[in-house]
Amino acid sequence: MGLMGRFTTIVKAKANKALDRAEDPRETLDYSYEKQLELLQKVRRGVADVATSKKRLELQSAKLEQSVEKLDGQARMALQQSREDLARVALERKKGVQLQLQSLDEQRAQLQAEQDKLVVAEQRLTAKVEAFRTRKETIKAQYTAAEAQAKIGEAFSGVSEEMADVGMAMERAESKVETMRARAGAIDELLESGALTDLTDGRDSIDRELEQLSSAGAVDAELDRLRAEIGAAEAPAGQIGDGDK
Amino acid sequence: MIVRILGEGQYRLDDEAFAVVHRIDDRVQTAADADDDEGFRQALGELLDVVTGRGAPLPADELHPSDAIVPGHGTTLQEARELLSQEGLIPG
Repeated sequence: MGLMGRFTTIVKAKANKALDRAEDPRETLDYSYEKQLELLQKVRRGVADVATSKKRLELQSAKLEQSVEKLDGQARMALQQSREDLARVALERKKGVQLQLQSLDEQRAQLQAEQDKLVVAEQRLTAKVEAFRTRKETIKAQYTAAEAQAKIGEAFSGVSEEMADVGMAMERAESKVETMRARAGAIDELLESGALTDLTDGRDSIDRELEQLSSAGAVDAELDRLRAEIGAAEAPAGQIGDGDK
Repeated sequence: MIVRILGEGQYRLDDEAFAVVHRIDDRVQTAADADDDEGFRQALGELLDVVTGRGAPLPADELHPSDAIVPGHGTTLQEARELLSQEGLIPG
């Protein structure tokens, strides 16, 4: 059997499971229509789930972007004070965060692709379900139970195949979302522990040095500012004094 | 003949095009048997191109069972195996 044959067999098997048949074919029609509506609800929830996961990744990306900027600032400060060793550490960490960011971007793109597929699948299923509903009403109104049995075959197989297809797309999207959740959870832990966002919380000696460096830098800047102010105030006074002599 | 591409919808093909699809399907399976990822990707891509290029898309509101079902664009050999192994049709 070729690959196509295998896929055909497996999807048909899933399709048979998607819809049970009742004794009276007209009951089967109503029952299966309910099942179809349930699946549509599930797909819509699936789309929302994927969107939520995507949003979470986007929030994490924003936080990581902030820590890249912060590390960049620390590296600059360290260099200004001739501490190349510390600047190097800050830049190494920045690189690590940037790698995380890149992987988040890729994951976000994957989720976007899944979301797009589910949205299209939902539209297709909606059209099929609506077609089934119309067919179902016609059959129920026009045929006896025995006649209906013969009439529903194609509509029934057609819609259940679509349901199996959508079901497989849902499983795929759900498993992607699960994987993302696990990764996002790990990054959240890192963010909460401060390892990524804040290198100046005194986690280790290098963090403390970077912290001291930036406060020392701030003090130096303040001193310069004061000197400039005092200089500006004294200079004119000195000139007046010179003139008096 | 009606062919469903999983996740992408159904297409109606004439017998001639369907025969071409069948021939390419043999190559897809050969690549799968040989663990040839690249060969699988290429052959499947070719197969899907024939379905979408020579077939006419079935309107979404038409209810017909398909004569054949194939995985969608970009499906890797690994993913195809996972999809099939759920029901134990392809070992490994």
